[in-house]
Amino acid sequence: MADVPDNAPEHCPGTQSEQAGKVSSCEGCPNQKLCASGATKAPDPAIAEIGEKLATVKHKILVLSGKGGVGKSTFSAHLAHALASDSTKEVALLDVDICGPSVPRIMGLEGEQVHQSGSGWSPVYVEDNLSVMSIGFLLSSPDDAVIWRGPKKNGMIKQFLRDVDWGDLDYLIVDTPPGTSDEHLSIVQYLSATNVDGAVIITTPQEVSLQDVRKEIRFCQKVKLPIIGVVENMSGFVCPKCKNTSQIFPPTSGGAEKMCADLDLPLLGKVPLDPRIARSCDEGRSFLNEIPDSPAAQAYQRIVQSIQEYCSNNETAQSTT
Amino acid sequence: ISIVSSCEGCPNQKLCASGATKAPDPAIAEIGEKLATVKHKILVLSGKGGVGKSTFSAHLAHALASDSTKEVALLDVDICGPSVPRIMGLEGEQVHQSGSGWSPVYVEDNLSVMSIGFLLSSPDDAVIWRGPKKNGMIKQFLRDVDWGDLDYLIVDTPPGTSDEHLSIVQYLSATNVDGAVIITTPQEVSLQDVRKEIRFCQKVKLPIIGVVENMSGFVCPKCKNTSQIFPPTSGGAEKMCADLDLPLLGKVPLDPRIARSCDEGRSFLNEIPDSPAAQAYQRIVQSIQEYCSNNETAQSTT
Repeated sequence: MADVPDNAPEHCPGTQSEQAGKVSSCEGCPNQKLCASGATKAPDPAIAEIGEKLATVKHKILVLSGKGGVGKSTFSAHLAHALASDSTKEVALLDVDICGPSVPRIMGLEGEQVHQSGSGWSPVYVEDNLSVMSIGFLLSSPDDAVIWRGPKKNGMIKQFLRDVDWGDLDYLIVDTPPGTSDEHLSIVQYLSATNVDGAVIITTPQEVSLQDVRKEIRFCQKVKLPIIGVVENMSGFVCPKCKNTSQIFPPTSGGAEKMCADLDLPLLGKVPLDPRIARSCDEGRSFLNEIPDSPAAQAYQRIVQSIQEYCSNNETAQSTT
Repeated sequence: ISIVSSCEGCPNQKLCASGATKAPDPAIAEIGEKLATVKHKILVLSGKGGVGKSTFSAHLAHALASDSTKEVALLDVDICGPSVPRIMGLEGEQVHQSGSGWSPVYVEDNLSVMSIGFLLSSPDDAVIWRGPKKNGMIKQFLRDVDWGDLDYLIVDTPPGTSDEHLSIVQYLSATNVDGAVIITTPQEVSLQDVRKEIRFCQKVKLPIIGVVENMSGFVCPKCKNTSQIFPPTSGGAEKMCADLDLPLLGKVPLDPRIARSCDEGRSFLNEIPDSPAAQAYQRIVQSIQEYCSNNETAQSTT
């Protein structure tokens, strides 16, 4: 669907149309001259710049969900930790949740600031081989609200991709806010001159979540973003006292398992609820280190392994084409 | 503005020079008129996703409508992830247009609902819109829906402090909004986002009715041991409210029957009325009713 600006007259042909600025309905529109010059149809030069900048990033993984509060940031952070546990790999985590950036907290980097150098902004390093960027690092206080409409958020995302000095990376993980809006369209658009391995979709078992997640899956299909697979978080709770399992978010419509079967997508794994996960996140520590033998940590490790294999296969496929 | 040289060649120059860009959106006044017959307007907000905003909004609506003399409506302005139709048991319903505008969908005689969910061909259809288009939809919901005379209009929102939130406040600026109920869960990762939402309310001068802490502990149905699944590592909503001098309206425990009721489109206030969760909700609803009553009295004496 062609772009119709807010101030366009009725029957605007769209700024991307061949007729932009040239038909009778364009008369009197403030954008007429701009559209007629062809400038609105030129792609954003930043896209090519970002393509160049990220050419030295081997694998790019987006973490998405239509639903909020299902564990995207928790997953992104721990995926980053897990991949970086191999000290020969360079890993980075980019947080494009502009309104509710949780990544600094979860990575134990609250209060850190970003520095500018000749080669751009330097991300914040958690380990030698693990760096992070988030709008959280640009705020004077973690309570400061970023009250921005879409265009301003898009500009920030563009800067994160174009102006951060990521260096050579094996993995760039992108954490996103819930939804299918500006941030999601922008991240896909700005990465369109690069090769994105795919998206990991996070959900919880109940239908209210799955409903939103199916929309996210539709989004991925529409923008031709491959889906690496689906992770079901909060998949049951084992009482620490009596070991009884409760389904706190019951999979009334079959959970992620049925959804994946219906949509022919891989279910990468199911992670149980464990109070120590939320505590670790609040304290900025990796629960993969804190509780490595827990069912939750083990489930995560298996999921990470599937993702690594997917990326390896992608690498092989690319080098043979 | 046309006398500034940097405006030369700008496609918007003529528009700006005419003063049209500085005129307030006429829809604001239209909405002000349209909603003049809505006594109380309550926004349900959270900086954080997945804390139970839609669950709360839906059950607040049910509770207020349990008084059959009250007219209640629930407006869902979550454009990307509209959960309200499901939770209200209205999946598959469609909106009708009439001479007086769009008619909302009625759950009960005195309880109506509007959501973009009702405008989709299928519940799996994704609405992939940037901010401006979402804003336009919200404007239409407020201006073109035939709400009728209402005692309460509850507005459910998506998480964040962005287009939807700015727009709902802007479009309601010619009306009287009683205030916002802020929803959180106990952990610091949630509270961090919720404090931003509170800052947002302060910036746009939206009164805060109070804070609700959801998922506040889980009682094992077998052994009755309480687990803090989302531990209040920084003191939970209680400490945040004390620090920010805001009322804590209540704490609602995790109960698997809540999520089940929501999936099945039934009110858990009816399904499990004696549960600690339902009782906590009822107390919270009462606080909100009292707040609105006091507001009514205050308005009629000014």
